[in-house]
Amino acid sequence: MEKVLTRYIQPDGVPLDARAYEQAGGYQSVPKALKMAPKEVTEIVKQSNLRGRGGAGFPTGMKWTFVPTGPNAPHPKYLCANADEMEPGTFKDRLLLESAPHQLIEGMIVAAYAIEADVAYIFVRGEYVLAIERLQKAVAEAYNAGYLGQNILGSGFSLQMYVHASGGRYMCGEETGLLNALEGKRANPRTKPPFPQVSGLFGKPTIVQNVETLSNLPHILNHGPEWFKGLSKSEDAGTKLYGVSGKVKRPGLWELPMGTTIRELLEEHAGGMQEGLAFRGVLPGGASTDFLTAQHLDVKMDFGGVQKAGSRLGTGTMIVLDDRTCPVGMVRNLEHFFAQESCGWCTPCWSGLSWAEQILTSIEEGRGRPEDLEELEFICKFCAPGNTFCALAPGAVEPLQSALKYFREDFERHILAQHCPWRTH
Amino acid sequence: MLSPEERHEIEEELERYPTKRAVSIDALRIVQRRRGWVSDEALRDVAELLEVSVDEMDSVATFYNLIFRKPVGRHVIMVCDSVSCWIMGYDRIREHLTKRLGIQLGETTPDGRFTLLPIVCLGTCDHAPAMMVDQHLHRDLSPEKIDGILAEYP
Ligand SMILES: Cc1cc2nc3c(=O)[nH]c(=O)nc-3n(C[C@H](O)[C@H](O)[C@H](O)COP(=O)(O)O)c2cc1C
Ligand code: SF4
Ligand code: FES
Repeated sequence: MEKVLTRYIQPDGVPLDARAYEQAGGYQSVPKALKMAPKEVTEIVKQSNLRGRGGAGFPTGMKWTFVPTGPNAPHPKYLCANADEMEPGTFKDRLLLESAPHQLIEGMIVAAYAIEADVAYIFVRGEYVLAIERLQKAVAEAYNAGYLGQNILGSGFSLQMYVHASGGRYMCGEETGLLNALEGKRANPRTKPPFPQVSGLFGKPTIVQNVETLSNLPHILNHGPEWFKGLSKSEDAGTKLYGVSGKVKRPGLWELPMGTTIRELLEEHAGGMQEGLAFRGVLPGGASTDFLTAQHLDVKMDFGGVQKAGSRLGTGTMIVLDDRTCPVGMVRNLEHFFAQESCGWCTPCWSGLSWAEQILTSIEEGRGRPEDLEELEFICKFCAPGNTFCALAPGAVEPLQSALKYFREDFERHILAQHCPWRTH
Repeated sequence: MLSPEERHEIEEELERYPTKRAVSIDALRIVQRRRGWVSDEALRDVAELLEVSVDEMDSVATFYNLIFRKPVGRHVIMVCDSVSCWIMGYDRIREHLTKRLGIQLGETTPDGRFTLLPIVCLGTCDHAPAMMVDQHLHRDLSPEKIDGILAEYP
């Protein structure tokens, strides 16, 4: 398969410096884009069918068309790379940040040019120490090479770029929470409308885009939309960084054509389950996606395929549940995370999620009551989309509602036995 | 009082944002990098420099996980308690750490050497279980491996 996102990545993971990156073919999309009109760049990205890789899958080119452009547009406009990556089970952007920082910067220049942005921030989680170091170095090199700063390559286009290390909180990854965090506030989400494309960072038009999304842009500009669509095995274009964690033989991360099946990922790339363990289920795209089970192994890992199966592609990094791991314990771990990371703004989220965590804890500890399952189902409805201010709570109940559906007998066994069957003592 | 170096670093950050307030988190992190944590006094100084009320600065400081408003040990251990690490044996890792260090999560050893904190997914789930000690990531942990790692942090 043709390597795209990983083509510049060295076996030892040490990133190419600006010179070596240029020699390997990097930064070619910048002069190419700068010779076009910004609207033409947007058009190419639209035609490529690139969809956001941060979880929601929104069409990237279309998002850019909502930004006011032209002589009367408000300035400065902003571009933010979302490198917060705090969704449990997700470890894909780390690779791109640590091992291909110039590819991200190049993609950001292209995106910034298309929306006529003046300033770009890379919002990276504070724990990614190595990534922060390498990004700062790469940004400095890009300034020195003339790809950032005033009048880039004599085009008249100017762009400043900065790295922001986050103070740490899952809500920082939510697009408007990220904007508040960059403004030095708590990362609570904002009411929409106004949408960030019109009134975002410091009240100015802003685009927030995932690291993997942005890293695709140089290649789309270089090779064109048709090439990009041809990379995939499905309706959704391009390649995807897919990951597998849990008790498989070879957990890992691979760049593969969009639309690779769950079975191929699990069996060929991850090497199947560890010796003596059986597959029970999988969260296909990070902690906030619904479980899929053995009946879904041939589902294609693209936006439409996973959705039809009742879950979401999310971040494309899957977490595998095996038969020696308790599904109730796993869901309790997830709800503990979501309850802790709730920003507390809306009642269904802060009260519902901590209530769910309490119920799950009592079931795990042998104090479950028959009515608990109905209460958990009620919480799932209570947190459904539309009832809360942001997508944290609806995402939080996805693994819970699907666990109640697929592993109901396991919940019932806990309650009947007043004991977790997976615990030996 | 902020040291001249701290002030200088914060002023550099000020050039990167259109408002002073936007630098709050960077400034708190700058102070913490040098002092280990953010005391009431340091918080007041940062608030004054950035022209933000002390209450507002504190509400920001307490919102973010990586900003410590209480003193910590010489080394901070952040052990991942999220889902992939949990599947791969977080409970054993936590038990081993608490036993070796003689403290619970959230506590500091009496000799001031280690503070032990839980952290959410460190983004290295294919090498779970994982933890960070100070700025370093440690992966594919086992109880045996942990003893060797702790010895690296006097
Ligand atoms: C609670 C929460 C956390 C999120 N965390 C991230 C994140 O860490 N990285 C990311 O790219 N998107 C994250 N998102 C999605 C963003 O809101 C946004 O949709 C995305 O950054 C847009 O970029 P894309 O279109 O390129 O995917 C999160 C959303 C929610 C609700
Ligand atoms: S859904 Fe949760 S995280 Fe989102 S705004 Fe409401 S309380 Fe905050
Ligand atoms: S769950 Fe521990 S590193 Fe991701």
